[in-house]
Amino acid sequence: MASLTEQIALARSDAGIVRRPPSKGLDGLFRAASYGSALVVLLVLAGILGSIAYGGWPAFREFGPGFVTSTAWNIGTEQFGAWVAIVGTLASALIALLIGVPLSLAIAVYLTQLCPGWARKPVAMTIELLAAVPSIIYGMWGLFIFAPLFARFVQVPVSNLVEGLPIVGTLLYARVPSGVGILTAGIILAIMIVPFVASITRDMLDQIPTILRESAYGIGCTTWEVVRHVLVPQASVSIIGAIMLGLGRALGETMAVTFVIGNANRLSASIFDPGSTIASRIANEFNEADGMQLNALMALGCILFVITVIVLIVARLLVRRAKVA
Amino acid sequence: MDAVNPLTEAAPRGGAPIGSRVRPSRRLADRTLRIACLLATIIGAVVLGSILLMLIVEGLRGFSATLLTQPTPGPGSEGGGIANAVLGSLILTLIGIVVATPIGVMAGTYLAEYGRGSKLADLIRFLNDVLLSAPSILIGLFVYTLMVRPMGTYSGWAGGVALAIIATPVIVRTTEDMLRLVPGTLREAGAALGAPTSRVIMSVTWRAASAGIVTGVILALARIAGETAPLLFTALNNNSWFNANLMGGVANLPVMIYQFALSPYPNWQSLAWAGALLITMAILALSVVARLVIKTERAR
Repeated sequence: MASLTEQIALARSDAGIVRRPPSKGLDGLFRAASYGSALVVLLVLAGILGSIAYGGWPAFREFGPGFVTSTAWNIGTEQFGAWVAIVGTLASALIALLIGVPLSLAIAVYLTQLCPGWARKPVAMTIELLAAVPSIIYGMWGLFIFAPLFARFVQVPVSNLVEGLPIVGTLLYARVPSGVGILTAGIILAIMIVPFVASITRDMLDQIPTILRESAYGIGCTTWEVVRHVLVPQASVSIIGAIMLGLGRALGETMAVTFVIGNANRLSASIFDPGSTIASRIANEFNEADGMQLNALMALGCILFVITVIVLIVARLLVRRAKVA
Repeated sequence: MDAVNPLTEAAPRGGAPIGSRVRPSRRLADRTLRIACLLATIIGAVVLGSILLMLIVEGLRGFSATLLTQPTPGPGSEGGGIANAVLGSLILTLIGIVVATPIGVMAGTYLAEYGRGSKLADLIRFLNDVLLSAPSILIGLFVYTLMVRPMGTYSGWAGGVALAIIATPVIVRTTEDMLRLVPGTLREAGAALGAPTSRVIMSVTWRAASAGIVTGVILALARIAGETAPLLFTALNNNSWFNANLMGGVANLPVMIYQFALSPYPNWQSLAWAGALLITMAILALSVVARLVIKTERAR
């Protein structure tokens, strides 16, 4: 320690002779660089919106508000409408939520409440690795593994069962039981959002004070009652936020959906039939598109951007408010 | 599970388990929940298992001696490999991460160090979260308008920029989170020695958070390595052997897998499977490494 005091003394005497001012220039430069980098994030988001809006503007101008509600998509006559893709996007995302949310919540409850201690880490890891699998791999799995099984064990028997019945007969009837379609896309999307929703829900459930849970058990509640009446109400806002985050992912997912949705340009009443989403149509047609078709695809992208950004903003607000509270 | 469970815990008196005194409807609801939760978790594990099994079975079939030494073959022809796609993917990912890392780390530093409490920082943090989960295909459209159209050709540079845009918010987020974990007293100690803020950040705060920042970069790497959608309109693909020219289409694994898997040629399909196995294993390994880095950091 003696050397340290010596050094300080030396430094002091040095300072008396050549007093080096702190390098203001470098400090300011560093600050400016970090400020500029933060602004890049802002600019990129603005750029995305700007470029898509710019590209889609001719289509909006040509077709007016009817672009959103028109079911036409005719490359020959240059008539384009977004409705089929919008319906496909919303329907597949909705199916994804209907299947994925209960699955995620159940997994989160299992991980936080039921899983024996030794298994918790490996099981949590397994579920989180589902998030690391690239979406194109989900697409291949969906098309080559899931779709044939789905066609054989679900589509064919269900179609035979409901044929001729009102409502269900149209909703669940597969004209060509190939295994691909809106429902298949929804199921694949459900699996893809599970790791996200489950991990956020798990974090939220972990944050609930143990004493709340223990008091409920103490008055004789069963695990179901603890989950239903103590845990879920405590975490409900952030769970909804997590679900919205999952919805944002499901709406914009491209490659996996492109593989399994069948890429049909018509509207169908059956969820077994092929359809298309905004993202899958852009992925399929963009490289060969020209002229007005290109603008129409950009306009589709614009609609997708607006929908997902609204969903994401709501999600972030809910998750944030929950964290503060 | 350290909480007491009334269904399995023995009753204090009488000897009969409490379970027998729980109304059957309540017991049924409880059992159903337990079984449903277990089933859901098993479904998740089975899906991951079946994806890995599929990749290993189909992917190993596509492995050959020339897989990593020869470029992709023409349609319908035999032989060949995916060397150009692997190399192209490495280069695109490298461009992406090299561009994204300084921007992401500096932006994260701004949010955690300079911008604390400022309105602008709050806004940027929020928008960064939006960008983090924005559909990647829209980023492809943006880069297409920004670079591909003006340059008149698909290019490796455009692909790299698209990947950088996807990687940046990941790095911003983790950098900020990790810097926030550094105790304020460390910064004060640095400042007390007379170091300017930039010096304190570079020599003290960054160093204290280095493992976390590296984790963020690895996570970003894992995220962009498998991205397909933004590359469709930017780097596209190229069947020829890699030519050091990044102007023009650059072969890359994800787009190669997409095109080959849906092609009618068996040779292309098996190459797609081999590529899929390769890329998934690489990404899973990266994710596991990132987790281990975080774990050792927390243990310290």
